[in-house]
Amino acid sequence: MAIEGTWEIITGNQAAAIAAKLARVKVVPAYPITPQTTIVEYIASFIESGHMDAEYIRVESEHSAMAAAIGASAAGVRAFTATASQGLLLMSEVLHWAAGSRLPIGMAVVNRAVGPPWNIHVDHQDAMSQRDTGWLQVYISSNQEVLDTILMMYKVAEHPDVLLPFMVCLDGFVLSHTYMPVNIPRQEDVDEFLPEYSPPHWKLDPENPITFGNLALPDEYQEMRWSMDLSMRRALDLIEDVAEEFFQKFGRYHGGATWKYKVEDADYIVVTAGTMASEAEVAVDELREEGMRVGLLKVRAFRPFPHRDVAEVLQDRKGVIIIDRSIAFSSGGPIGIEVRSSLYNISGSPPIVNYVTGLGGRDVTYEDIVKMTKDGIGRITSDRLRRPYYWYKLKPEYEKIELSEEVRL
Amino acid sequence: MTLTIHDLRKESGSYLPGSAACPGCGATLAFRIASRVLGPNTVYVVPASCFSVIQSPFPKSAISAPLYNIAFPAAAATASGVYRAYKMLGRDVNVVVWAGDGGTVDIGIQALSGAAERGENIIYVCYDNEAYMNTGIQRSGATPFRAWTKTTPTGKREMPKDMPMIVAAHRVPYVATASVGYPFDLANKFEKAKKIKGFRYIHIFSTCPPGWNSPVSKTAEVAKLAVDTYFWPLYEIENGKLRITVKPRKRPLKEFLELQDRFRGLSDEEIEELEKIVMEKWNFLLHLEKSERVF
Repeated sequence: MAIEGTWEIITGNQAAAIAAKLARVKVVPAYPITPQTTIVEYIASFIESGHMDAEYIRVESEHSAMAAAIGASAAGVRAFTATASQGLLLMSEVLHWAAGSRLPIGMAVVNRAVGPPWNIHVDHQDAMSQRDTGWLQVYISSNQEVLDTILMMYKVAEHPDVLLPFMVCLDGFVLSHTYMPVNIPRQEDVDEFLPEYSPPHWKLDPENPITFGNLALPDEYQEMRWSMDLSMRRALDLIEDVAEEFFQKFGRYHGGATWKYKVEDADYIVVTAGTMASEAEVAVDELREEGMRVGLLKVRAFRPFPHRDVAEVLQDRKGVIIIDRSIAFSSGGPIGIEVRSSLYNISGSPPIVNYVTGLGGRDVTYEDIVKMTKDGIGRITSDRLRRPYYWYKLKPEYEKIELSEEVRL
Repeated sequence: MTLTIHDLRKESGSYLPGSAACPGCGATLAFRIASRVLGPNTVYVVPASCFSVIQSPFPKSAISAPLYNIAFPAAAATASGVYRAYKMLGRDVNVVVWAGDGGTVDIGIQALSGAAERGENIIYVCYDNEAYMNTGIQRSGATPFRAWTKTTPTGKREMPKDMPMIVAAHRVPYVATASVGYPFDLANKFEKAKKIKGFRYIHIFSTCPPGWNSPVSKTAEVAKLAVDTYFWPLYEIENGKLRITVKPRKRPLKEFLELQDRFRGLSDEEIEELEKIVMEKWNFLLHLEKSERVF
């Protein structure tokens, strides 16, 4: 298929800003935070130079950025913002509010470690700690995928069966500030793919006045939460369908809720997300050259979590190596926890080795992934799998303490 | 043009019978008058407050205009988003924040200040019952000096924030104080605010019988005495120019204080001290009234 559009060499943040422009978002409330800043700078310049028709609200905090996005979406227009780390955490209260209001707001989250100490580098703890806010979360491996996924996720989020907000999560600096070739689709093609947003459920409108969000007593509340859960689950199939539709129109496919690489004949499968997944592709090739049949399952959607897909791919394998860039203190990696949940109560549930690494921007290369995979396979085959999770790339003196700790499974 | 009772009676407003308000609630009186002036082409944004409850529980509502409930600190920011969306849609709608004093002077002050500084085209209303009443009478930044609350059981030791002046310092086009004891002054301030573009702020003294332990039948009287004793002066600041809108003959502060249990037990010296504070503020306003611009 011929790919229309123009090629540009841009950063992940530029890709996110261009996606917001192509999606014709109408209101962008923004508050700067490293490493998200250039997204909101690009959007400001698009608007002020007349290349983008939108209202830009220079709010005084991320809490207000999300609150203003909520107001705009509730009034019936497509809204977009971007943040990272502490900014996302400050938003937390209103993240819940956006989802509970069933407003399909779009947000780029440039993943960054949380303080203290201050650290501006990649780490998934910011977004993963917001797991239960009711936001769809997709983790990204390339700048092209950033642009394409924002367009696709508006389509998913605004579907009448979903109506939940979404985060597209891109690794701080690794994608946000790194230049890659990106195909910029034509505006008319995007307009065809993603028509103007018109709320199918409710909006603030004096012509049709309703009260939204007043007290709901125990007799009413639980069904409202259930409906969010149902929509989240229904989003899974839609993510696949929209990815297919995007492929048909634009000729690019980045996976649906997951992306699979050389899994068909694999004995062992590496599971990871974000840019570690693109390193893992290289690692899989290396390991296969050494004669190990290894495949990669990249988790794109962390919410909704593709439990069935994950179980189908991992069932009956000799082992699974899960690499997380976030620590759920005392429980391991957030993806590790989810994958265990996917595999419990099924037959042929494989052994799992979960590694926590790469925190606060500690580099994780394909060589590291090769090492972790070999270490994991070694533990599985020699019956040395004693811990629910392992820290990888701790400094030796800390590694010593870690390994001397009594294991309490 | 000045609004009269005949004008107000022509409009039905957005407040329906059957709300969950306490008897004698000043905030509902304020809302009834304000919504009659603002009319049906109005959207309300309400942060956590008594009004979250007053509107009554799902699936009912006592408010006939569109109303969106938002988290405690966020009202001014949410209203900004609503206004900007309507601007993009080419719709002219009154976007109004209806907030209590906690949601305005304390937890909501940051979003309020941001929206004021940006000049968002919204009307921000603080109905001020001078404490956290929805949670059961805890002190706020608007609670008066010496007033009893459950978290100031021996009386508040600090002066309240002068919120209308704080907002006026943002150089917004319109700031006004109002009282549910002076309904026509209140109505006319909404009438004026409605016609001005930009950030407008109206701070309404709203009697709270359960919070102040004042007689439910005397809501209007308490609110009128607040003005007549100079405890709550009524003024407006239009494009920086201050005007005292009601100049009553001064009555002793004691008449206002003794209608409410929250000031019970104050010594004569303490009442005299409060009188002094009240007169200082009044004289300061008279002085400001002579200035070309306050801010």
